[in-house]
Amino acid sequence: MTQSSVDLPPKGGFSFDLCKRNDMLTQKGLKAPSFLKTGTTIVGLIFKDGVILGADTRATEGPIVADKNCEKIHYMAPNIYCCGAGTAADTEAVTDMVSSQLRLHRYQTGRDSRVITALTLLKKHLFSYQGHVSAALVLGGVDITGPHLHTIYPHGSTDTLPFATMGSGSLAAMSVFEAKYKEGLTRDEGIKLVAEAICSGIFNDLGSGSNVDICVITKGHKEYLRNYMEPNPRTYVSSKGYSFTKKTEVLLTKITPLSERVEIVEVAGEAMEE
Amino acid sequence: MTMELWLEQEEADRETFEMTFMIPIENGNGVKNAEADSQRTLYPYVTGTSVVAIKYKDGILMASDMGGSYGSTLRYKNIERMKAIGKHSLLGASGEISDFQEILRYLDELMLNDNMWDDGNSLGPKEVHNYLTRVMYNRRNKFNPLWNTLVLGGVKNGEKYLGMVSMIGVSFEDNHVATGFGNHLARPILRDEWREDLSFEEGVKLLEKCMRVLLYRDRSAINKLQIAKMTEEGVTVSEPYSLKTFWDFKAFTNPTVGAEGSW
Repeated sequence: MTQSSVDLPPKGGFSFDLCKRNDMLTQKGLKAPSFLKTGTTIVGLIFKDGVILGADTRATEGPIVADKNCEKIHYMAPNIYCCGAGTAADTEAVTDMVSSQLRLHRYQTGRDSRVITALTLLKKHLFSYQGHVSAALVLGGVDITGPHLHTIYPHGSTDTLPFATMGSGSLAAMSVFEAKYKEGLTRDEGIKLVAEAICSGIFNDLGSGSNVDICVITKGHKEYLRNYMEPNPRTYVSSKGYSFTKKTEVLLTKITPLSERVEIVEVAGEAMEE
Repeated sequence: MTMELWLEQEEADRETFEMTFMIPIENGNGVKNAEADSQRTLYPYVTGTSVVAIKYKDGILMASDMGGSYGSTLRYKNIERMKAIGKHSLLGASGEISDFQEILRYLDELMLNDNMWDDGNSLGPKEVHNYLTRVMYNRRNKFNPLWNTLVLGGVKNGEKYLGMVSMIGVSFEDNHVATGFGNHLARPILRDEWREDLSFEEGVKLLEKCMRVLLYRDRSAINKLQIAKMTEEGVTVSEPYSLKTFWDFKAFTNPTVGAEGSW
């Protein structure tokens, strides 16, 4: 009896083969390994000349703070940045993947990337994984058609908004925005409002904390203000901070450049061929 | 031989007794009587949404909307969820409306008994708050809670008091409180902007700010609210009115600018 099975190339999308096995294991009492979630506050708003994105910097693993100063504002294109909430690995991977897709697209078209291109690539990917890629994103940028701000949910739906918040601290930040946002804010007003919203998330939500990151994108120019505000500094008992006692003393400093001791001889014909 | 028969009969009797009266529940909750279950509160039916309250210069300001939702339907639009209790207190409630009405009956009885003493003393907000805490906690211990989060505010002898009791009996007092969705949406604003000596107008503006955010972002909120003021002179509950909202953001009117046809 011949086995006439043809090895088909694997179809795209999530392979659900192991789900039954995982179900059986959890019923038997095996606890699945927990993943690093960014309990988060991420926000974005449109101001007069462009888009301002903001994020806190705490990454949590259940009840523990895993990273006190992580970066949640990811680069997509020179004029597009994306904040990510949800599972840290998912947000990193998805934004990296779409960022490289955008770059290839830029090479092919010879034009600057548009925000809706990034939006469509992200939403297609997330929808095809039916919500299992747990990435909730705030995508913002300025392209030839103007400033844009979008939110993308893990299941693949998107919204176009003048101001947006995502993550566990989204309600605290949204209350600040709903109370204080108006159209036509200046750059400084916008930064102040974003910082206020992130601080509201940091102080009122347990999943968010540490510092405030801000990214300002305008036509042709972007500013990534890492740790723009540090409202939770490390404090010490003494005002001088921590000082280590000097154990080693420097006796002599002498610099010997190595290139004098080595002779470099160029032999014609043996140079590396192109 | 008769002994064995008698033992067998015992066994059979015990089995029938167990089958009729004790229905074991698998997750180890113990054996419960099926009839008792139908008497306990398991879920709320008609619910009111958040109540927000602050202390201000002359007393207490409390705001709540007038909606009663039946699940996801907005069934009642004229429910007053804030009531005066005696001369010195103001009670606001979110959660099950029928349980709120029951609590009002309990407090009626309490106030009546207090009046009958006729000793010139009257129960102040601290006392009413304590009474409510005991009631809520005891009901929770019997696994039959009154499904409410209550806000109790009042002024007595110049002292302002503002406290909160939840359905599991958690009680505390603070300068500003919020229930339900107000916990997530109104508390950050109150923590940022509340001050010790707010005037009446500033207090109302602050409460309206919170209620407007709740109106935008809480699905069970309606645009018909009341604000109640409690001072040494007494309680005044305002007429119902509605807040102005703004929907004219450019992104709302044209969300697909630059990519007509997409969404």
